[in-house]
Amino acid sequence: MSSPSDQTRRTIILTALATAVHAAAPRPAAAEEDQPGSDLRPQKADVLVFAEGDHAGEVIKPQDLKVGEPFVRAWPKDPKTSVVRKGSRLNEVVVVKLDPAELDDDTRARSADGIVGYSVICTHAGCPITAWGKAAQGEKDVLKCVCHNSEFDPRQNAQVVFGPAPRRLAALPLAIADGSLTVAGTFVGKVGAQQGG
Amino acid sequence: MTMKQWLLSSFVASTCLFPIGAFAGPIEKYTPVTADRLKNPEPGNWMLYRRTYDGQGYSPLDQINTSNVKDLVPAWTFSTGVVEGHEAPPIVNNGVMFVATPMGQVIALNAKTGEEYWRYKRQLPDDLFQLHPTNRGVGLWQDKLYLATTDDHVVALDAKTGKVLWDTKVQDYKKGQYLTLMPLIVDGKVIVGAAGGEFGVRGYVVAYDANDGKELWRTFTIPGKGEPGNETWSGDDWKTGGGSAWMTGNYDPDTRTIYWGVGNAAPWPGDTHPGDNLYTTSVLALDPDSGKIKTYFQYHQNDSWDWDEVEAPMLVDVQRDGRIFKGLIHPGRNAIFWVLERKPDSIKYVAGWPYVYTDVWKGIEPETGKPIVDPAHKPVMGKRVDFCPSLWGGKDWPSAAYSPKTRFVYVPANENFCGGFTGEKVPLVPGQLWLGTKPEDIGLKVRSGATHFGELQAWDPGTGKKVWSHNFPRSQLFGSVTATAGDLVFVGGTNDRMFRAFHAKTGELLWEQKTNSGIVGMPVAYEVDGTQYIAVQSGWGVDAQRIQDSLVTQNNVGLENNVPQGGVVWVFAVKK
Repeated sequence: MSSPSDQTRRTIILTALATAVHAAAPRPAAAEEDQPGSDLRPQKADVLVFAEGDHAGEVIKPQDLKVGEPFVRAWPKDPKTSVVRKGSRLNEVVVVKLDPAELDDDTRARSADGIVGYSVICTHAGCPITAWGKAAQGEKDVLKCVCHNSEFDPRQNAQVVFGPAPRRLAALPLAIADGSLTVAGTFVGKVGAQQGG
Repeated sequence: MTMKQWLLSSFVASTCLFPIGAFAGPIEKYTPVTADRLKNPEPGNWMLYRRTYDGQGYSPLDQINTSNVKDLVPAWTFSTGVVEGHEAPPIVNNGVMFVATPMGQVIALNAKTGEEYWRYKRQLPDDLFQLHPTNRGVGLWQDKLYLATTDDHVVALDAKTGKVLWDTKVQDYKKGQYLTLMPLIVDGKVIVGAAGGEFGVRGYVVAYDANDGKELWRTFTIPGKGEPGNETWSGDDWKTGGGSAWMTGNYDPDTRTIYWGVGNAAPWPGDTHPGDNLYTTSVLALDPDSGKIKTYFQYHQNDSWDWDEVEAPMLVDVQRDGRIFKGLIHPGRNAIFWVLERKPDSIKYVAGWPYVYTDVWKGIEPETGKPIVDPAHKPVMGKRVDFCPSLWGGKDWPSAAYSPKTRFVYVPANENFCGGFTGEKVPLVPGQLWLGTKPEDIGLKVRSGATHFGELQAWDPGTGKKVWSHNFPRSQLFGSVTATAGDLVFVGGTNDRMFRAFHAKTGELLWEQKTNSGIVGMPVAYEVDGTQYIAVQSGWGVDAQRIQDSLVTQNNVGLENNVPQGGVVWVFAVKK
């Protein structure tokens, strides 16, 4: 029989239809989504705000993130108009703080104090990234789409390390400005899932 | 007309009037599909999901049989260009084959040669959340065909050209509504059922006019206030109670009754939705003209295990206890093999027994057919509960088959899998999964001492005895079964990429062929110009892949995760 740690890994990786359910905050009202600019992809100088939890809507500051803690889900927000870009699920990102020494060169170039950002949309079938845990094959924590068991290593530009995903997550370059986490450039890579044929 | 108007009109014409992609048609000869042809299909054709309205998955063709199946070789193959689970049966009408694939694609092929006539590719939205990226086939009527899509539309295509004739939005995909099934066609009505039970939807079955796509009726699988059955729900639970209906129904033309399977209750832990929860985990008997519910049978009450009972029961004349009656046969996801009797105003329980190991049921009430639950294995809020079989059940959506020659039912079962989770309150967010548990709490475990997982079973519904079984020690069995008058049973479904033929009477393995990927698709039999063919799509993915992933990571199982993806239509004939 397997060890307790194996059991933990198994249940994390496992299977079924898993979900985005943890602590998800209610989606915005339609009127909020319809605001001009809400469906634009993240723009340079946007700030990032928490997408869920007790601090939903608040600007994320670098000190809110700690090495070794799970990612947080975030929306970009236009600092000039205060419009949160919730108009498309393709705008949502995950941000996680890592040990800068573990990042490869491309990833480090797009990071801010070890904080990296990626599209929340899995490139396989468009499910959201919802879990952070031990890789199916390895000991490091990785980004997981438990919907179909795809895994991405955020230290290596979110390359696929397990499962059916055909390509890496789109990366969002980050910076720190005026004490807040901000967007330093547009997405690098295609946001969204594969299409057939 | 200004240049801008001209460009706009050209764009509209090109996107609405023609299939996107290659266009090698049109088909010169096409035989319109009529009500009579669907009720009594020619032996050489496969025009419904399970070939005939009774859902038996049986072909009367016998040119390929137990004596020559060893000489079965590929006649032609065709790459679909798409990855993920290819679950659809190739549909064949007098020499023309229609293949549906994941991502909303339909390919029309010459069934004899594999030549492509035309191809339709749906442009799916970039923000689509495809929990089950698959499609289970196209329905036929007159000179049209009908595709249900994962962005929750029903599309009518010209069968000869692939041209889009109408496109009807069923619901909003952004709220977790989607379609994966093959439409059921009954007398000019295109009937589909909703998927999305994992998103807290209220399920329904809906019919459209085949000519213009106008909605004719919509019957919710969970009754609203004031409707019979609503009293089996507490408060407003019925509004988000699940009951999706994502598999094609079967049909009795004699009584004009559709039998449609209904899925699990939502969210999963039963104590979040007290009551029997009609009509989740049930079969509904529907009037095809009005959608009215004539009667029903609920396989288990207050579902708490994600046990969709969406596969419609097979319509079979059962000989049992000295009488012959019009039966409904359903190897349930809840591990019970059901023998029911269909009557004009009721569905009567006749017999039921576990066909795989289960620790959930203590028995079945003989008068009502209600299973008696062991509360120790019923998931609840705030507590880890384990149960057997797993949430994929004794058999998931892949279809069983029935041979009227042998009178056996052939079941693609999974044995020795158990599961479990901890119920947890989570907020309902439209478009987000809503299971009633955290993903990291969901588990699949192999029973201690298990010698196999997949198991192709042959049961005699008349006696309740297992006649034979073939065990797969290193794989789940996740593919539909087809039986033929050649006393053959065809099935893929294993992670060794094999397609197999078994002797229908004895279970002897008579033939196998390795394919490009794993087969979760449905085998069919058809005939063109006097030659019988067997066709199936090979293309691994969706739940078969999920089970595989979990087995890979269990040290006591240790399978390799090496099933390649990518769809190919395989067509076989006996080498001459």
